[in-house]
Amino acid sequence: MTEISAAPRVIPDRLTSPLARALRSWEALLVVVAVAVFAINSFASPYFLNAWNLSDATFNFTEKAMIAFAMAMLIIAGEIDLSVASIIALASTAMGIAMTAGFDTPALVAVGIGTGVLCGALNGVFVARLGLPSIVVTIGTMSLFRGISTIVLGDEAFTNYPDSFAWFGQGYVWWVFSFELVLFAVLAVVFFVLLHRTNFGRSVYAIGNNPTAALFSGIRVNRVRFILFLLTGLMSGIAAVCLTSRLGSTRPSIATGMELEVVTMVVLGGVNILGGSGRIMGVVLAAIIMGLVTFGFGLLNVPGIVMSIFLGLLLISVIAVPRLLAKVRK
Amino acid sequence: MTHDKAPVLCLSGISKSFPGVRALSDVQLELHAGEVTALIGENGAGKSTIVKVLTGIYQPDAGTITVDGAEMRFDTADAAARAGVTAIHQETVLFDELSVAENIFLGHAPRGRFGLIDRKGMEAEARALLHRIGADLDPRLALKELGIASKHLVAIARALSIDARVVIMDEPTAALSHKEIHELYELVERLKAEGKAILFISHKFDEIFRIADRYTVFRDGQFIGAGRMKDVTETQLVQMMVGRSVDQIFPKRAHNIGAPVLTVSGYSHPTEFEDVGFTLHRGEILGFYGLVGAGRSEVMQALFGITRPSKGACRIGEDVAVIRSTADAIGRGIVYVPEDRGRQGAVKGLPIFQNVTLPSLGRISRGGFLRMAEEFKLARDYTQRLDLRAASLDQDVGLLSGGNQQKVVIAKWLATKPRVIILDEPTKGIDIGSKAAVHEFMAELAAEGLAVIMVSSEIPEILGMSDRVIVMREGRIAAELTGSEMTPERLVRAAAGIEKAA
Repeated sequence: MTEISAAPRVIPDRLTSPLARALRSWEALLVVVAVAVFAINSFASPYFLNAWNLSDATFNFTEKAMIAFAMAMLIIAGEIDLSVASIIALASTAMGIAMTAGFDTPALVAVGIGTGVLCGALNGVFVARLGLPSIVVTIGTMSLFRGISTIVLGDEAFTNYPDSFAWFGQGYVWWVFSFELVLFAVLAVVFFVLLHRTNFGRSVYAIGNNPTAALFSGIRVNRVRFILFLLTGLMSGIAAVCLTSRLGSTRPSIATGMELEVVTMVVLGGVNILGGSGRIMGVVLAAIIMGLVTFGFGLLNVPGIVMSIFLGLLLISVIAVPRLLAKVRK
Repeated sequence: MTHDKAPVLCLSGISKSFPGVRALSDVQLELHAGEVTALIGENGAGKSTIVKVLTGIYQPDAGTITVDGAEMRFDTADAAARAGVTAIHQETVLFDELSVAENIFLGHAPRGRFGLIDRKGMEAEARALLHRIGADLDPRLALKELGIASKHLVAIARALSIDARVVIMDEPTAALSHKEIHELYELVERLKAEGKAILFISHKFDEIFRIADRYTVFRDGQFIGAGRMKDVTETQLVQMMVGRSVDQIFPKRAHNIGAPVLTVSGYSHPTEFEDVGFTLHRGEILGFYGLVGAGRSEVMQALFGITRPSKGACRIGEDVAVIRSTADAIGRGIVYVPEDRGRQGAVKGLPIFQNVTLPSLGRISRGGFLRMAEEFKLARDYTQRLDLRAASLDQDVGLLSGGNQQKVVIAKWLATKPRVIILDEPTKGIDIGSKAAVHEFMAELAAEGLAVIMVSSEIPEILGMSDRVIVMREGRIAAELTGSEMTPERLVRAAAGIEKAA
């Protein structure tokens, strides 16, 4: 029953053009939501449409988004890191100790980032080396890192950071563009290239869809997993530097609950929580949406708890609506 | 016994198809009270499918099931159990975390007050049942604390507890020691004496002749014959199992077998295989035949760096090769097309082109950065070579048929330009058209000088495609056959461990 064809059968590379695909994508939906939130905010508050106010608004999401980029890759690979906020606490505490010991800004930055990388490496060893489930490992290290930080700090707080240190969280590169905002933009590009344009990024997708087949295809699965945890630690360290610098202090409550906001951002950005799919562009848009919502509510003096109710509803509805529509169509 | 009693259970005209495969075609099977019927057939003959029909897991497309002359439908596993059919599987389907008594009475535990489980009563009954089959196990033990043989006893006690009239034993001796097998025989005798009808599935002829009263032979999903064991010889059974009209034409081509490419010696693994050695040449197709569990895939996976052998050496060309990971194996030019396509082969969820290029990312990238044009070119080249049928290259590989998924997996490996390609059951579960395409292609590769290892349980495929066949049994090489020695009888005898007939 073999068919002998004279000419080889030609299979087209793509059936839908990349543009058509983009227009029907999750990201397109997020753009619509972002525009809507922006418009509503503009009508609701006269203070919203102001370059400096908008610039201030970006601080609502920049630090979380940095971590969210790395978290997105981790979740696409089928893992998760719930210890990121605790890594911030520990890294910030380590910087406080270094500051008390008389170190200056460059050393403080190194200590903060270094602590983050070490914490990430610890998670990575547990998951990639020992094969433990990441959700359990990082719930454990979440308590561990936060606990160490709390013991060191007690009721105290580190303040008195050097003036030059304040630039990372409070400085502006040019006009209304803060250092954090520029860093956010640069990192968005870096992670976009890493995930969508490199061999490493491709391996991440392969592992997330089918780790066994990825292994059978010659991908060093555990090495990739380890690097992803290292990367998430690194980003948490950088976020710790920015946040500590912006607040000018380290308190025991620093970054409490941030891990869930980061995961929310990633999922809202269209990353499948079960792994295998998602794009950096979606995470960027989700970060902006969450920032705008928080800022808009802030201008209207809406209490924080209402904001988190709203964000929860937004998350569920953005995920549920497409599925409901698909069901209605059937 | 001058006159046959009516069978307890009778299947007739049973057919069952799956997409692309006709698993059973108009088969019949009769089971008699107090007798053991052996079901005989090669891998893929439809034995497992008929067991699933009998236990209500599959519903047949056509045919009737009669119990004591009354027609029945086994729409659910529960319906089959209520009709008195129970199965003891190859890998016993029991619950490790539950106690022995709970396993025996799961779903039909004796009830006490308020409809709650009467634990004491259950344990007493379990103890009585176990005693009846000569197994003095503590019913309160957790199942995970027992060995395989004891687990079988629990499964049998469960069969007795639901007052089963038909007991299916699917390769019950596969994991048992010699002594345990002996105890199992005694148990089967006891079940026979109690008037149970037993369906006994085994590949081992000595067992079948030892224990069975009747036989039924299936081949390629069809009923071939049935009768009494005392009226049949081993040779006749083997012929019924394998003898077939040559209805497939294999595209074997004249080609030159060249220098050795891969030399394996003394490969051993603590549990899976022992002292495996062979040489593979350029342009050769080397077939590996054996029963399921003979260790063929395990040897291949060791060569591919998935598991590590405890002993042994492997040379590629003249160089000694140490293979610690799949990446090492691929680097050395050894690639493996796995049997479990869905789990180990294709990455479902990724598009076709990304599947094809996954092990070749180094070749289509520069400095770690992907080059999309190169990537599509590579994917296009190899999918065209394999005559893939797909709507587009960015289609999800999971949407393709089994045969086309297999083509994607083979394309993925050819794109790495390997020296040795190992194909593990390459045509299992794929339609006949794709099968022929895979065979055609295998012959073409060998003609181009690639060294091919083909693991297969299908005798026509092994004989039709291979230049040489290695037969494995229980983790060891049982025979190496070339030229005129390559006959179906020789293969089956070597695989089942039957002494050579005159």
